[in-house]
Amino acid sequence: MAKLLSLADAVAEVLRDGDTTAFEGFTHLIPYAAGHETIRQGRRDLTLVRMTPDLIYDQLIGTGAAKKMVFSWGGNPGVGSLHRFRDAYEKGWPQPLEIEEHSHAAMANAYEAGAAGLPFAVFRGYRGAELARVNPNIKSVACPYTGEVLATVPAMRLDSAVIHAQKADRAGNIMLEGIVGVQKEAVLAAKRSLVTVEEIVDDLGERSYNATILPHWTVTAIAHVPGGAHPSYAQGYYKRDNAYYEAWDEIARDRDSFKAWIAENVTKKGPEAFAVHTRASDKGRG
Amino acid sequence: MSTAAKPAYTPTEMMTIVASRALKSSDVCFVGIGAPSAACNLARLTHAPGITLIYESGTIATKPNVLPLSIGDGELCETALTTVPVVEMFRYWLQGGRISIGFLGGAQIDRFANLNTTVIGPYDKPKVRLPGGGGAPEIATSCGEVFIIMAQGKRTFVDKLDFVTSLGHGNGPGHREGLGVQTKGPTRLVTDLCVMEPDAVSKELTVVSIHPGVTREQIAENTGWKVKYAAKVADTPAPTAEELSVLRDLQARTKAAMQAK
Repeated sequence: MAKLLSLADAVAEVLRDGDTTAFEGFTHLIPYAAGHETIRQGRRDLTLVRMTPDLIYDQLIGTGAAKKMVFSWGGNPGVGSLHRFRDAYEKGWPQPLEIEEHSHAAMANAYEAGAAGLPFAVFRGYRGAELARVNPNIKSVACPYTGEVLATVPAMRLDSAVIHAQKADRAGNIMLEGIVGVQKEAVLAAKRSLVTVEEIVDDLGERSYNATILPHWTVTAIAHVPGGAHPSYAQGYYKRDNAYYEAWDEIARDRDSFKAWIAENVTKKGPEAFAVHTRASDKGRG
Repeated sequence: MSTAAKPAYTPTEMMTIVASRALKSSDVCFVGIGAPSAACNLARLTHAPGITLIYESGTIATKPNVLPLSIGDGELCETALTTVPVVEMFRYWLQGGRISIGFLGGAQIDRFANLNTTVIGPYDKPKVRLPGGGGAPEIATSCGEVFIIMAQGKRTFVDKLDFVTSLGHGNGPGHREGLGVQTKGPTRLVTDLCVMEPDAVSKELTVVSIHPGVTREQIAENTGWKVKYAAKVADTPAPTAEELSVLRDLQARTKAAMQAK
């Protein structure tokens, strides 16, 4: 049964130093507010897993929260590099960062295998790709029926998973809509999970018979954080703040401007700061 | 060229327009972000209205009114026939062989159309750490064929890649087949100077068409290997007024949407 907690209590409960953890989301519903709370609480030695690490991982890495990143595409989408990630990996600032790199297909399959409780994932991939040379976790297996050689990667096993969703009901059932990425798989592959939500409702209401739902007994903690995905977006609530992603390039390029930005926008603020990003027209929803 | 009037379009517009011409209404196309996305949507808005555009965030048959900045903008989901989970996208749709064309870009390309989007310099001690492969390693081998769009330059068109992120024609004839890959791989490369296709026998990229006003010297200056030419090299037709206006309208809409937020 999911517990409804404040964001600070939820992060304290779910996320621990040294965790292998995924703040998942494929452009949509990125749990920024939870990432900022993680920075405020000073988590250390995290292994950050995500298919598409973007600004929130740049921020976590730049503040020294991570020792390793497992990923398949690490950039600022449509803009360029993650400068804090590159500084850590290329120059060891503020501390060295290990990487484990995959393709999207491999990561997606690994999450699915993790959710399914299997030891590894099998797929047709990595053919002629040099990642197989530099990542010892990429192996292969011959199909016992046809002999076809297929790629394998270990199942994703997470200590914790953090996602953002549109709605939770009072029982703690979670509903996600739109681009749903691998969030369901990440939560099911994790020992503990935290879901921040735009709103908490009495009833999830009218929905497709096939809506993406995480039943309350699959989730550890829920925190109500309106706007908590900004500058990412929440379908039906607010749009992606593309100008912010473009502005980040300049902020993150320089260590001092990054530190000043974190001090101003993370350290001195709390989750309530995200609420301004929910458009006025959405405020009464639910 | 130097004395002639400046053409009424930029090299990037030329590249995008030529790339869009390669697409058909019946294609099912896996779209990379940036230049591929502009070319694919231009095709959809001009000669290929029935084209199925798929973005790896899970959106199938999407018809964005503005170009997305990221691969998962809300615009893609709102205008899609359906949006599937990312696991399903990679397993059923890409791996399942249901996509006819993969449209890729890259940071480096070699003469066999292998692509690098991972790293400049050694993998463990990079000069520049790039974002990485994302979907490309499997797009390159699972789509029926692959189109590539890249601006041409000596630092990007290299004799030897620093890292092979995704397979083109490997070391040449038979390489793909030897790895058990049954798809065609790269069949067309569109640059801001010319169009190249792999030679039927050697698999090496060969110039088949040169854009208006571009010289063979320019192509040589911007390529890190000795460029080969097909027996018959065509002149790429210049952009039509319709192609240019549709592309510019699309980009103006995109810019306006960005500013309006």
